[in-house]
Amino acid sequence: MVNSATVELVVSAVKVFIVVNVILLMVMVMILAERRISAFIQDRYGPNRVGPFGILQPIADGIKFLFKEDVIPYHVDRFLYLLAPAVILVPSLMTFAIVPFGSSFSFYWGDTPVHVRLQIADLNIGILYFVGIASLAVYGLVIGGYASNNKYSMFGGLRSSAQMISYEIPMGLAIVSVVMLTGSLRLSDIVADQQHMWNVVRQPLGFLIFLVAAFAETNRLPFDLPEAEQELVGGYHTEYSSMKFSAFFIAEYANMITSSALITTLFFGGYHVPFGILEALNLPVAWEVVVHVLSFSIKTAFFLFVYLWVRWTLPRFRYDQLMNLGWKSLLPLSLVNVVLTGIGIAIF
Amino acid sequence: MVATALFYIFAAIATAGAIMVVAQRNPVYSALYLVLTLFALAGEYVLLMAHFIAIVHVAVYAGAIVVLFLFVIMLLNVRLEERAPDAFRYMIYAGLPMAAILFVEMGYFAFRGFQQAMVQGTRVGLVESIGRALFSQYVLPFEVASILLLVAMIGALYLSKRKLEIVAFKRPRSKKERLKVMMYEEEH
Repeated sequence: MVNSATVELVVSAVKVFIVVNVILLMVMVMILAERRISAFIQDRYGPNRVGPFGILQPIADGIKFLFKEDVIPYHVDRFLYLLAPAVILVPSLMTFAIVPFGSSFSFYWGDTPVHVRLQIADLNIGILYFVGIASLAVYGLVIGGYASNNKYSMFGGLRSSAQMISYEIPMGLAIVSVVMLTGSLRLSDIVADQQHMWNVVRQPLGFLIFLVAAFAETNRLPFDLPEAEQELVGGYHTEYSSMKFSAFFIAEYANMITSSALITTLFFGGYHVPFGILEALNLPVAWEVVVHVLSFSIKTAFFLFVYLWVRWTLPRFRYDQLMNLGWKSLLPLSLVNVVLTGIGIAIF
Repeated sequence: MVATALFYIFAAIATAGAIMVVAQRNPVYSALYLVLTLFALAGEYVLLMAHFIAIVHVAVYAGAIVVLFLFVIMLLNVRLEERAPDAFRYMIYAGLPMAAILFVEMGYFAFRGFQQAMVQGTRVGLVESIGRALFSQYVLPFEVASILLLVAMIGALYLSKRKLEIVAFKRPRSKKERLKVMMYEEEH
């Protein structure tokens, strides 16, 4: 006889292990995808020599990073310099904990019934957890920029803090309008609410605002001003080498994965399959779970592709344009959206 | 059992962090220790089942306000304390009694409210209960607080805008304007 607390602990541990490893694996896939898709968009070949179609390229990159000399410049603030890559990785891996990546299933362990929900933590505060933890991501960049003791890095850090604070507000308001529709902060409720109609249909403006803000929050082009290779020589990570440098990259890709997963969850029905296809197929329950996870993965993968597509298509914003867009366009728009949502709820 | 252990761990981190905030010479380090303290406090809130307060604490204080602190510190490059380590030595005579008074005061009220809080404290900090209280019993104070914030924001905007008007990037057209610019330049 297994006691239920132990079962819960083991189930949680297994889920955490799988999710973290899948994210890190996806980071590798994304690095390859980024290089191949950028090559495709620019009419080049891209890396295609290591393994078939170049699929072993990320492993080669990883080995290269591990064996590079780890230089710590003498003018840096040593403690903070070493802290920054660690600080930046933590929130980017923590935020995925609330995303429901599939429905739930049950089985027997000995004779104890075990119910597994495919979500690490179904918190009462739900989406607020994401808002809170994601707002900490800025510390990694700021600390890195400051500790490098280099004016370009410093500018990168300052830009990132201004940018992330500016875009958190429209993002939060876009989330508010979704929460208003659902009446719950729990992501499992938000997903369940979208079984018949995705939120993107009811919240097109909210979706656009969230998408733009998500690009700014992850420091991706067209909002990658904190790095801006041409002006800042890489920005906050200029002074980093070897695995520390790659920690910044892993964090950026992990953030992209979490953002895509959240866009899917909040606006595109999470793990639900559209148009009642799943009901029509009449599959056994076990297969339904697999289809749900697959549906979630495909939608998330699509938004990851959108990230790459936009990066290699659009030019970078100027700093004043970025701030104008955030404060003068997105913020009023998101407020209007909240009001419209309120009116909509009152009418229907 | 686990909760008690966690309470002491978070309490130790919060206290140590708070001491480091004042003990550090470098203001950037102070701000970062403040983040650590805020985090430990958020942990305590979670232990009290006040999930909403905990996450708002992290999102607002750690995620926004201290980032702004850091922003200002880095922009202004505040090195006063480093350059003149003894400049604030008289602060200790004012600061210590104030700290003692605050400690006794808060300790007294915390002790008095302790029993009561133990009984009813389990559901106070959840989203549902806070939302219900804010939009029924406390709706007026809530709205007044928002107006207060709005007024403060407008005030800040006004104060920062006034100088920009005088040094606008255009040639002074009239004598009066030229005088104004000259006076401004003399002042600064």
